[in-house]
Amino acid sequence: MADQREFFYRRLHSFLGVVPIGIFLTQHLIVNHFAVYGEESFNKAAGFMAGLPFVLLLEIFIIYLPILYHAILGVYIAFTANYNTKRYGFFRNWMFALQRITGLITLVFIAWHVWETRVQIGLGNADLDYSLMEGILTNPFMFWFYIVGVIAAVFHFANGLWSVLVSFGITQTPKSQKIATYACILVFFVISYLGVRTLIQFAYGI
Amino acid sequence: MAEQKTVTFIITRQDSPDSTPYEEIFEVPYRKNMNVISGLMEIRKNPVNAKGENTTPVQWDMNCLEEVCGACSMVINGTPRQSCAALVDHLETPIRLEPMSTFPVVRDLIVDRERMFDALKQVKAWIPLDGTHDLGPGPRMPEKKRQWAYELSKCMTCGVCLEACPNVNDKSNFIGPAAISQARLFNSHPTGEMFASDRLEGLMEDGGIGGCGNSQNCVQVCPKGIPLTTSIAAMNRATNIQAFKNFFGSDNAH
Ligand code: SF4
Ligand code: FES
Repeated sequence: MADQREFFYRRLHSFLGVVPIGIFLTQHLIVNHFAVYGEESFNKAAGFMAGLPFVLLLEIFIIYLPILYHAILGVYIAFTANYNTKRYGFFRNWMFALQRITGLITLVFIAWHVWETRVQIGLGNADLDYSLMEGILTNPFMFWFYIVGVIAAVFHFANGLWSVLVSFGITQTPKSQKIATYACILVFFVISYLGVRTLIQFAYGI
Repeated sequence: MAEQKTVTFIITRQDSPDSTPYEEIFEVPYRKNMNVISGLMEIRKNPVNAKGENTTPVQWDMNCLEEVCGACSMVINGTPRQSCAALVDHLETPIRLEPMSTFPVVRDLIVDRERMFDALKQVKAWIPLDGTHDLGPGPRMPEKKRQWAYELSKCMTCGVCLEACPNVNDKSNFIGPAAISQARLFNSHPTGEMFASDRLEGLMEDGGIGGCGNSQNCVQVCPKGIPLTTSIAAMNRATNIQAFKNFFGSDNAH
């Protein structure tokens, strides 16, 4: 029997994108949204997350390792495709291309974001509180960098959700795939709203 | 007598598998209802290019001339399709002909689609029926199933879906949509079903169904209207279940 490793790697890649990474993304943006209710609310919510038992282990196994795996295989996948939206401008082909482009943007964004927040907090150069994010986001360049990064990440998640439904053979008929498209568009807008709203709060205090 | 109307063909040519491609323009006398192949036949009859130079006749592949064999596929005005079914009256001029880019060029418009046959071998897209004695009639097939399976059986291995797929290229070993759908066809057959797992194992091998990235171009371009993306999703489900059965163990893993 020839090798079946690739199949397993790809399925694991799809699965990790939703569990745990997608779940983490959603949770992260919901918790951050507490900023909209005031500085104290945010500090309390963020403090609760940071105070979870075995937080470093949770971070490593639920966030860092899955994202690292997803990112490495993802970059390989993105660079082994021949993009042809010019010749075949179908909706799904555009989604295919955007999925890979937003994946690369998200990777750059996450690397910077983790360096600027989690790593600096870990090194003792910063404290996890409202003012850390306020300090970053009042810079207009960083504000727009974060807007692009957050929207790219949410798009990648929402559209990835659609793909996972196909890759796991849940949505087979064109009709179910179409309804899944609408559902994923909804997911995209709802979660994007949470993320963008929070960024505006940090940047402009409104 | 009025001047003879002509049709301009711009053809991407290549003299041998390793030589560099070049373009050559031909003016072909127009006839009513002509298709791209009859245009190519005119060039073969009189291999003179638009500059009036003698040249070699353009090579292409064909067989059935009624869009069922798939041999004559080429890229016509940017769209991969069958040249026998491409009517000149329906095409914008000048008509551009190129070989399909996913496959190695043999000469001019002839490509080598061997990778598609290798893919069919990988997924065992046939029904093994060898025996030394009469096995009697096979099991019957439900009519409803026969109806959708018949649609899948229309595949002519033409390669258009591979040409449109962004994941079928020389950086990847992905077998492409056609063979995935064929595995589904033979797994739906009552006798073929007895070897269902062999085909699923083939789909799970490297280069198999895992390489699909859901761009869904295939289903848009297939000239036979085969529901390729439904087949892919169905085989995704079947291979995942097979993988679980293989790992955890099952008496139904055949
Ligand atoms: S599935 Fe359609 S496009 Fe693909 S090879 Fe078969 S007939 Fe051609
Ligand atoms: S010659 Fe058979 S499909 Fe065109």
